[in-house]
Amino acid sequence: MRIIELKETVTASNDRDAEVLRSELKAKGTLLINLMASPGAGKTTLLERTIRDMKDRFRIAVMEADVDSDVDAVRIEKLGAKAVQAHTGGMCHMDAGMTRTALEELGDEPFDLVVLENVGNLICPAEFDTGAGKKVMLLSVPEGDDKPLKYPLMFSVSDVLILTKTDVAPYFDFDFEACKRRARQLNPNMEIFEVSSKTGDGFEAWENWLGKAILDWKK
Amino acid sequence: MHEMGIILHLAKSLEETAAEQDIQKILRVTLQVGEVSGIMTDYFTDCWNYFRKRHPVLDTAELELETIPAVTFCSNCERTYPTVRYGRECPYCHSGETWLLRGNECIIKEIEVE
Repeated sequence: MRIIELKETVTASNDRDAEVLRSELKAKGTLLINLMASPGAGKTTLLERTIRDMKDRFRIAVMEADVDSDVDAVRIEKLGAKAVQAHTGGMCHMDAGMTRTALEELGDEPFDLVVLENVGNLICPAEFDTGAGKKVMLLSVPEGDDKPLKYPLMFSVSDVLILTKTDVAPYFDFDFEACKRRARQLNPNMEIFEVSSKTGDGFEAWENWLGKAILDWKK
Repeated sequence: MHEMGIILHLAKSLEETAAEQDIQKILRVTLQVGEVSGIMTDYFTDCWNYFRKRHPVLDTAELELETIPAVTFCSNCERTYPTVRYGRECPYCHSGETWLLRGNECIIKEIEVE
């Protein structure tokens, strides 16, 4: 009998799979974005406007991850973008293996941008690397500016924070500066945008960032 | 749900290690689990006892959990305090500008093999 010291994080096997997937997507020039937020933060609505604005410049596909149902995939397909429903088999997050399966379902058609709309949840999706090139998280005004304090990991791992539903800000005590300060304390390099998917406010800055990220990924 | 995802990855990592190092049977797995990792240890052990049966190399392996205490740092007064007892607000200066230093990890410390 012997003891072997491992000292490796439990998700190490997933991290390795994610690294392989990321380099395959890099070689293909496909930017995979892992879009994360709590339920109802406005992930699908943000995507609808983004697709409408950018579909003439880029080939875009969406993978909708849900525990059940295909209501989000149906909304995306109405805009003419390709969408697949990824099933998590009851799990609260997507991992690299499930992401690979969903990408295979998209077929051989080349895409410039594939968005993985992760399960609505600010905890588990942050812990599992999907192989995405960029991680984008949403926080909506009604959820409150204290969320970086409650879900620090999500804010630490995301490259971009989009504050959504800014059109309802007059009805809530959301302190934008406090929220941004808390987020940047966890993640000094975080890009932060403020948008309203309803009015289109702030979309130019977000879409400029996204367009540049897609082109940079192909370099 | 969270626990199940972690167990699936844990089992996969251990199978890979066993294959690499030509291990036939793993007898015990020691994990270090942070106090605020969000893992419910009872449910986690139940998940393990269910999933280990699917892997011949793991099917009798006992899971041993060690707790890593959670510690929070206050960026206002620069002191640390136990997270579980005091939560988000610093007990010394009552600042809310506090950050978790450790306690949310889940690490495979070691395995005992035949």
